[in-house]
Amino acid sequence: MSLLAVSALQKSFRTPEGERKLIVDVPQFTLAAGQQLALRGESGSGKTTFLHLIAGILAPDSGSILLGERDMAALGESARDRLRAESIGYIFQTFNLLQGYSCLENVMLGMAFGVGADRERATAMLTRVGLGHRLGHYPRQLSTGQQQRVAVARALANHPKLVLADEPTGNLDHKNAGESLALIRETCRENGATLLLVSHDAGVLATFEEVQDFAVLNRAVTEVAP
Amino acid sequence: MTLALIILRSLRQHLLSTVITALSIALAGGLLMSVWVVKVQSQTTFTQVNTGFDAVLGARGSKLQLVLNAIFHLEASPGNLPFSDYEFIRRHPAVKLAIPIAVGDNLRGYRIVGTIPELFSEVEYTPGRKFAFSSGQLFNPAAKEAVLGSFAAQKLRLHAGDTFHPFHGLIYDEKNQHAETYVVTGVLAPSNTPADKVIWIPLHGLQTMSGHDPRAATDVSAVLIQLRSPTAGFMLDMMYNKQGNRLTFAYPIGAIMAELFNKIGWFDQVLTLISYLVALVSAGGVLVAIYNSMAARRRDIAILRALGARRRMIFGAIVLEAATIGLLGMIVAFLAYAVILTGVAAIIRAQTGVMLNAWAYNPVMLWAPLGMIALCALGGLLPAWKAYRTDVAQNLAPVS
Repeated sequence: MSLLAVSALQKSFRTPEGERKLIVDVPQFTLAAGQQLALRGESGSGKTTFLHLIAGILAPDSGSILLGERDMAALGESARDRLRAESIGYIFQTFNLLQGYSCLENVMLGMAFGVGADRERATAMLTRVGLGHRLGHYPRQLSTGQQQRVAVARALANHPKLVLADEPTGNLDHKNAGESLALIRETCRENGATLLLVSHDAGVLATFEEVQDFAVLNRAVTEVAP
Repeated sequence: MTLALIILRSLRQHLLSTVITALSIALAGGLLMSVWVVKVQSQTTFTQVNTGFDAVLGARGSKLQLVLNAIFHLEASPGNLPFSDYEFIRRHPAVKLAIPIAVGDNLRGYRIVGTIPELFSEVEYTPGRKFAFSSGQLFNPAAKEAVLGSFAAQKLRLHAGDTFHPFHGLIYDEKNQHAETYVVTGVLAPSNTPADKVIWIPLHGLQTMSGHDPRAATDVSAVLIQLRSPTAGFMLDMMYNKQGNRLTFAYPIGAIMAELFNKIGWFDQVLTLISYLVALVSAGGVLVAIYNSMAARRRDIAILRALGARRRMIFGAIVLEAATIGLLGMIVAFLAYAVILTGVAAIIRAQTGVMLNAWAYNPVMLWAPLGMIALCALGGLLPAWKAYRTDVAQNLAPVS
């Protein structure tokens, strides 16, 4: 049974010249519950836009994004926010941790807009990623690898059905990237979450059993960074 | 809980601008409350202070000058009146009590006023309260003795048993010292009336002080009057002010003082207007402080939105943050208010002997903080609108 079913999804943006430019045009895409899939794509290929559409951060021009039984594309912004908070965990390339908040607060805030902040669960998640002793530390007091682990804990603290990871190892060195990737995949498995990861890094993609080419998936012609 | 955390963390992240903005609000709020309370309290106090008398009889002139001189011990005396006039009014059936006073001397700037012992034994300066002594006793009307008001005794550092030489005139000039030596027999307990800053001596003593005109040795400066009924006041007003042309009958005292405040009402209005403007500028400061920090906040707002925070929550958080700055400012404003009012009250006490009650409840203590917080929240609307419109995807860069 599919957890995520995308069909006839289109998203365009207006260029400075006033023309509409199609960025995402995905006729069909599905993810089964518990599946871990990597999308290969170059920078500027529209991968992040695709993930933002699935997460409900952006509204599509047309198409549907069925998450379970709910169509993210048919919801209003507020309902999309709620669905995202309750069902989706998002790991960003730059981690996007809130600098004024401690590790524990970052994780608890990630839960607060969904089912509600749970200190015990947040602590358990941070402990799981090896940061149980850094609960009160601020992101600036952590190494890059540790910041990524906080981001992983935050994404999974809310028991999401789907975890989206956008170039999650892009800012990490080789060793940390490997560890972080393993951690993301393990914690997703432990929490029964489906994982959709996008990357252009061959090393990262090689660790996945299932890899799809975003350029094949997306029919829109986009400018790919050299 | 989440909203409170977001607001508190945001205030902490922008600590310097939070503190500076809150301080400017504190100053504005403190100023607004002080101006208002001083205005209301001084009007109330000065129109109610009559030290137990209904009217003042004095030489022909301004009623206000007469009241200021005889009741508040300010201003120069409009002139003297013969002792026979005092005798006449004292025996008038409409008059319950008449106390003569004579002025014209001072001790290092504090007025020496001659009077009779009945002022201390008969008069209730406020209902149910007569002048009491904190030390010593009343002067002997036939001796060169003095009783000091509490404030005058404190400032002049004089106690029962001490002696002093009076100085001629109402303004202190060390060359004008009288030869007489007076002994302090007692110090009055604080009454928070103008009597506190006066040195009281026997009427006869002041009238016959060396160097004073012997032809005026029985004259008095004014007569303080208690009436048997309010209607008697209007009857005497008619008799002295309309039918006569030699003396002035100042009645009622409260109305005459209210007239003074009406005359200087424009000054109050200017001060109040300035306070309102300062409050408005401070609220504008909240707007500017938050608005200027919006560029730095955009990424945090985008992250919060990506985590599931609704637009209206972000909007509410910014408005509440502005209101919280207002709240913090107004908490400190009470400190500013206390400092300003303590200073103003000390000046008013030194000048008039009247003590303003800085801590007496005044509605401004409720509406000023609420108004200021509301004004700050209003100032937060524009940055909140900007936050509301923050594009999440654009501010979650980089994009792959």
